[in-house]
Amino acid sequence: MVIAPPRRSVATEQPVKLGVTGLRIRYGDQTALEGVTLDVHEHEIFGIIGPANAGKTSFLKAINRMDMFNTDMHVEGQITFNGLDTRKVRNVYGLRRRIGVVFPLPVGLPLSVYDNVALSPRLRGEKHKAELDVIVERCLRRAALWDEVKDRLDTLGSMLSGGQQQRLTIARALSQDPELLMLDEFSIAVDPVTTMRIEDVLKELRQEVTIILVTNLVQQARRLADRTAFFLDGRCVEVGVTEDLFTGEVHDQRTRDYVEGRFG
Amino acid sequence: MFEATQLNRRNETTQKLFRLALGGMTGLLILPVILILGTLIWKGAPVISFEFLFTGPTKGMTAGGIFPALLGTILLVLVALLASVPLGVAAAIYLSEYAPDNWFTRAINLAIINLAGVPSIVHALFGVGAFVIFFKFGTSILAASLTLAIMTLPVVIVATRESLQAVPEAFREACWNMGATRWQTIRRVVLPNAITGILTGVILEVSRTAGETAPIMFTGAAFFLPLLPQSVFDQTMALSLHLFVVSTQVPNMPEQLPYGVALVLISLVLLMNSLSIALRMYLRGKKKW
Repeated sequence: MVIAPPRRSVATEQPVKLGVTGLRIRYGDQTALEGVTLDVHEHEIFGIIGPANAGKTSFLKAINRMDMFNTDMHVEGQITFNGLDTRKVRNVYGLRRRIGVVFPLPVGLPLSVYDNVALSPRLRGEKHKAELDVIVERCLRRAALWDEVKDRLDTLGSMLSGGQQQRLTIARALSQDPELLMLDEFSIAVDPVTTMRIEDVLKELRQEVTIILVTNLVQQARRLADRTAFFLDGRCVEVGVTEDLFTGEVHDQRTRDYVEGRFG
Repeated sequence: MFEATQLNRRNETTQKLFRLALGGMTGLLILPVILILGTLIWKGAPVISFEFLFTGPTKGMTAGGIFPALLGTILLVLVALLASVPLGVAAAIYLSEYAPDNWFTRAINLAIINLAGVPSIVHALFGVGAFVIFFKFGTSILAASLTLAIMTLPVVIVATRESLQAVPEAFREACWNMGATRWQTIRRVVLPNAITGILTGVILEVSRTAGETAPIMFTGAAFFLPLLPQSVFDQTMALSLHLFVVSTQVPNMPEQLPYGVALVLISLVLLMNSLSIALRMYLRGKKKW
């Protein structure tokens, strides 16, 4: 069922950041995703589209080794990050720190805006106020939130509006200095204007980090992603240059149907 | 167009009847509370004075104050808290945040629920066997407090576990994804948001501990002591037992004195409960998500 994608992307000259081979994820006896083999290259935005229940979120969880926190979740196959097998990484916490995650619903932790962004640096042992100030400002600026919150850094993160919280979440993810940023349907709870602002942020971030963008908006993938994978019913149906998916150069009829909005 | 049909009218009548019946039941429920409090205040209040609270009993307990008993109850509660809060909170954190969901942890949970259902007199006998005799604490504050602690452990564990579980899972996942360990997540995100519920549980435990009689009767509370306790290995008087004693065991007791003791005891408990309600309201006002 797995289709070897034609490797002719703009980004594929870059080294492989994340390599996935024969990935299978199951919860108990229930297979959530199987037969996924793909590479994500440095500095690319890699889109993942597909309807609900396709296994997109499980895919992200497997990359971040979240199966450690869920005894029910089993991951088979190989995932490499910077060429290292994530199953064999001794310091999973270090691995997760290099991978920033943004969730569908914004999670403003019930801490102040400042503490939300400073949490990750503090977790890795940064204590100097001056250093933290710099990190907090830089990350909030990069997430296009600084101007709106700079005068009220001590309000609770959970009190911000939905769109602001989502940008706060992105700022928090950036405070980890991630090499890979994974966004899971970030625009679900965000208004269109904020969505466009975040998309602009992502386009800039591409210079520095690799981005995996899971989205239920096909057009969003088209706007942002260099290459895109199509997940359907727990399988990876297609991986290809994003534009090809939209011009009809696909291997599977279902990809075309989905992209053109005939189902899902 | 909007005229009431016969069915509408009948439904309306039934609804009024039920509202009346349910409201009446609620009223009946409040009645004993008002009667108890009313009687206690009516008969007990004249006895209450500074001397009553802060001097010891005299003339075979038929006169004087209740200071040793009041102090004893406070001591018993404090020592019981010192034992049960760390233990209960730690166990609840483990059960809620670390333990996998398997037959073993389910058995532990069941055991905790059953512990809550054990009658207090059984706890008392356990306390005698374990603390007084086996650990050789003798009848002492320590033995009595530990017995109370064991008895109220389920309150602390259940309250703590529930307030931990009220913290949204998304907070934990966000933290884990940042590379935080479980403990870092608990300390920085989960506990700060669960602390209100935990405190409420602790205060409820206090009020329950203060009123218990059976568990301390054989393990450390004394009928009458001329001296105040000097250490946790001494016996002590306690309000609840003192109330039992002055109500039933002493001849020629002035009628108001037991009411005064009861009023002090119930005030102590109500004070604790209102503290817990106030705390909860204050913290709910600052609800963070």
